[in-house]
Amino acid sequence: MKRAISAAVAAMTLAIPAMAETVDPNDVVYEEGAVTASLSGAPGNPEEGAKVISEKSVGNCVSCHQISAMPDVPFQGNVGPTLDGVADRWSEAEIRGIVANAKMTYDGTIMPSFYKTGDFIRPGVGFTSKPLAPEDVTPLLTAQQIEDVVAYLVTLKE
Amino acid sequence: MKFKAMTALAGALAISAVGAANADPVEDTLVINDELEMVTKTAAPEHMEYIDEIYSGWHFREDDTRDMQRDDFDNAGMLGVEAAMDAWDTVEGTAGKACSDCHGAIDEDQMVGVRAVYPKWNEAAGEVWTIEMAMNSCRTEQMGAEAWGYNSADMINMTALMSYVSRGLPVNVAIDGPAAETWEKGKEIYYTRFGQLELACANCHEDNYGNMIRADHLSQGQVNGFPAYRLKDAKLVGLHNRFKGCIRDTRAEPFDIGSPEFVALELYVTSRGNGLSVEGPSIRN
Ligand code: HEC
Ligand code: HEC
Ligand code: HEC
Repeated sequence: MKRAISAAVAAMTLAIPAMAETVDPNDVVYEEGAVTASLSGAPGNPEEGAKVISEKSVGNCVSCHQISAMPDVPFQGNVGPTLDGVADRWSEAEIRGIVANAKMTYDGTIMPSFYKTGDFIRPGVGFTSKPLAPEDVTPLLTAQQIEDVVAYLVTLKE
Repeated sequence: MKFKAMTALAGALAISAVGAANADPVEDTLVINDELEMVTKTAAPEHMEYIDEIYSGWHFREDDTRDMQRDDFDNAGMLGVEAAMDAWDTVEGTAGKACSDCHGAIDEDQMVGVRAVYPKWNEAAGEVWTIEMAMNSCRTEQMGAEAWGYNSADMINMTALMSYVSRGLPVNVAIDGPAAETWEKGKEIYYTRFGQLELACANCHEDNYGNMIRADHLSQGQVNGFPAYRLKDAKLVGLHNRFKGCIRDTRAEPFDIGSPEFVALELYVTSRGNGLSVEGPSIRN
């Protein structure tokens, strides 16, 4: 599927869920870091997003970010900025772009790219130390997980 | 060069965004057994570009973990040192010799200072050797004994003894002359962003030391405390095993323990600690 079409389709499917289509990680269109359309073609679920952010086995965003709205999540890190009030600083499209591939917004950032499959150096199978063939790399988060995370983050206003 | 510029930039951004919370190594002084004063913090060696002051990992640990290192009776790593003292005098191999037959009784102090200058260029072999490689050469070439596994308990215990007899002396590895090429290679590895998380050693240990990554207080990743007794594993852990774990945690396939890549990385990272005291066996979590 071509980039322009997939973006257009994705935008349309927000209104018509039956046509929902996932955008391939290689076809995501970043405009100054921002991504306008839903990557899954469907709206996100903020409750699921909160789980992705806080659970170690999924997004583990709290290893680097602190979120006051999650007081029960232990050991929140401070390698990245606090996400409190993030929706006052960035639009939904900008947040989607940062979560999908933060390097499009911040050149050389330490924040991993969560919706990317290419160009990794010695990729491994999870945390097993075993090599992973480049063609077998799947994104760290699925398109729907990204949308769920975005749906949660847009609620963080101060 | 490109990687460096980028990590430095990312570091500057992250630090400005984070503020001062947890940003400091603990202010404290390490005196072992009430007599041996350790340099755990000093000016960075000249070749360091982004860091002015270097700190032992000891400064980033909790109070009780730091305390365990103040007295050898509380330092569980000393059990490895004791085991190695026995091995030092044990005859092994076809030549019928023990380490002490050639290097003297351990308290004759012939090995004092050796740990502090390793990894080191070995002229005969034409490559940089870690102290593990030097010791295994003695086993196979001098003793007619089998090489120790690089990550075996026997090997790690003997490295603990080598550190122990040099404890308090300043780390001082040479990075020029014939070692320069290996050092450059190690430096390149240090700044390479491995794995699906695309993280270099520098991202965590240069740009973010002092910060918390989940439950971990990030140190500068100095190696002067190795081997380290890790409370989590309840045993002494060798340096390359630590390297391996850090690279694994980037969702990458690490290099092998004892590999030329890790030897080069060890030389480079050790040189970032030139001036700190040899501190092994240390206590870490
Ligand atoms: C290894 C560290 C790390 C991880 C893991 C991480 N981030 Fe980040 N993040 C950063 C840093 C650092 C920045 C600031 C950009 C910079 O300085 O490079 C940032 C910036 C952001 C921003 C913009 C913040 C603002 O307030 O302006 C958002 C939103 C964000 N991250 C979301 C996430 C989400 C969601 C996840 C998990 C799915 C995540 N991050 C995982 C390090 C991380
Ligand atoms: C994702 C973050 C991360 C990356 C990348 C990383 N480390 Fe670490 N490293 C840690 C954490 C967390 C610890 C344990 C706390 C500490 O001492 O910093 C640690 C500990 C260490 C230690 C032990 C320090 C001590 O005093 O006990 C060394 C040595 C080390 N790392 C070296 C490296 C090297 C070399 C690399 C690159 C090959 C690297 N690390 C990459 C997170 C990282
Ligand atoms: C038969 C003699 C002999 C025996 C036995 C022996 N070594 Fe050696 N060792 C040497 C020689 C010779 C060298 C090289 C000295 C040099 O060129 O600096 C050496 C070098 C070393 C070095 C490096 C010293 C330096 O300054 O660079 C270490 C460490 C070492 N030996 C440890 C051991 C250990 C541990 C054992 C026992 C497991 C052992 N040796 C057994 C002869 C021996």
